[in-house]
Amino acid sequence: MSEIADKVKKIVVEHLGVEESKVTPDASFIDDLGADSLDTVELVMAFEEAFNVEIPEDAAEKITTVKDAIDYIEKQKAA
Amino acid sequence: MQNRERAGLLQSAGVNSGRRRVVVTGMGIVGPLGLGVENVWSRLIAGESGIGRISHFDPSDLPAHVAGEVPEGPTAEGKLTLSEWIPTKDQRKMDRFIHMGLVAATEAVEDSGWKPETEEDKCRTGVMIGSGIGGLQTIYDASITVHEGRARRLSPFFIPSALINLVSGHVSIKYGFQGPNHSVVTACATGVHAIGDAARIIMFGDADVMVAGGAEATVCPLGIAGFCSARALSTGFNATPEKASRPWDKDRDGFVMGEGSGVVVLEEYEHAKARGAKIYGEIIGYGMSGDAYHITAPAEGHYGAYRAMRAALKSADLTPADINYVNAHGTSTMADDLELEAVERLFGDDARKLAMSSTKSATGHLLGAAGAVEAIFSILAIRDNVAPPTLNLDNPSRESVIDRVAHTAQQREINVALSNSFGFGGTNASLIVRGV
Repeated sequence: MSEIADKVKKIVVEHLGVEESKVTPDASFIDDLGADSLDTVELVMAFEEAFNVEIPEDAAEKITTVKDAIDYIEKQKAA
Repeated sequence: MQNRERAGLLQSAGVNSGRRRVVVTGMGIVGPLGLGVENVWSRLIAGESGIGRISHFDPSDLPAHVAGEVPEGPTAEGKLTLSEWIPTKDQRKMDRFIHMGLVAATEAVEDSGWKPETEEDKCRTGVMIGSGIGGLQTIYDASITVHEGRARRLSPFFIPSALINLVSGHVSIKYGFQGPNHSVVTACATGVHAIGDAARIIMFGDADVMVAGGAEATVCPLGIAGFCSARALSTGFNATPEKASRPWDKDRDGFVMGEGSGVVVLEEYEHAKARGAKIYGEIIGYGMSGDAYHITAPAEGHYGAYRAMRAALKSADLTPADINYVNAHGTSTMADDLELEAVERLFGDDARKLAMSSTKSATGHLLGAAGAVEAIFSILAIRDNVAPPTLNLDNPSRESVIDRVAHTAQQREINVALSNSFGFGGTNASLIVRGV
């Protein structure tokens, strides 16, 4: 697993207070990890802060799973 | 009689007028004397103080260094381990005053044994927990984030963390209580207003059970600095914190801030009886008034306090002779003697038989939570026939025929108690409770 993926996972565990084993790539923040809409806003902010990237509103709306987040950040970092 | 009953519905007439009776079936406290009603009460009666040097932040730059902070530690020792009450991930979505309110409400609800199962029962159960100030530390932190040009980094939980009515919100969500969801903001009178108003919600028939009280957590730089600026806090006892809160004593020099929460479960009497609930006491009187005088100071003679107490007596259909114990507002400020004067004026010759103490001498002043915590103390005073002491009352600045229970608790017959709370803005409230 990439460094980015590891860090994303850690942030999710910390913010949503879930078991690490549940944070699989396909896990949905809302459907599988118990987040509500405010939690997802906060998560995206935490990603922005941790990876020093800007995630605009329309992109943030499409980040619904762990994999979505990893993919988006990896793409930003590669660019 | 019929007219009187009708009037009673509107303005809360006496106990005997046929209104729905409201009893207390659950109680919870977290505060400077610790966690748990029985633990806090026994420490209070033993004459212990919950005041110490401020540890939440370094107060060295401020004139006041002392406060009543909630002791942290194992539950078994009567201290607070917050993670046992609120999951860690949820804690940062709430200001500390909400933590305090949730802890006391959880204790009170569990103590009451009330677990509504049906939709109807859930809809007949409401919440009314207030706060004098709300999420001050949260607002401070958020202000810094914005000031640093990081407004886009502001937590989405900032607003719901700071809002005063969110204690009521969280309690309702936790337990599924879908009845009236309300909150009170009347500075240091909040706790009494919340319990009094919630009792009326039950009397009026809008609910059968109300979880009511106050919560506060302003032992933070803004809170201490703000009250210091208003010259309201004690600054002369920084080296001897347990001596700082000294109601009516001639050396008193301001109040000592406390944090925490008091919450009661109020219940319609027949409802409580039908489910075999334990009943601590009954709310029989409630009176309110406004000073219309000054934003922070009561007027000479404290006629506002006098009118609030008189209104409470009227609503209970009682005379001063029926009151055995007064839990005074008594904050350890100049206003203590004005309240004393108002009580003497109202009670006349009956003042000689009265015990009146200020438990703020041990807890400090819990602002919006004070009235709720002190209503619980008043109920326990009746249960145990004990008047809790006024610590540090070494030399009264004003003599009185009223026994102010200096230094040590007194065993005496207490059937009916009155509790006072007065707030900035000139708001006054008095509550009368009795045993059942």
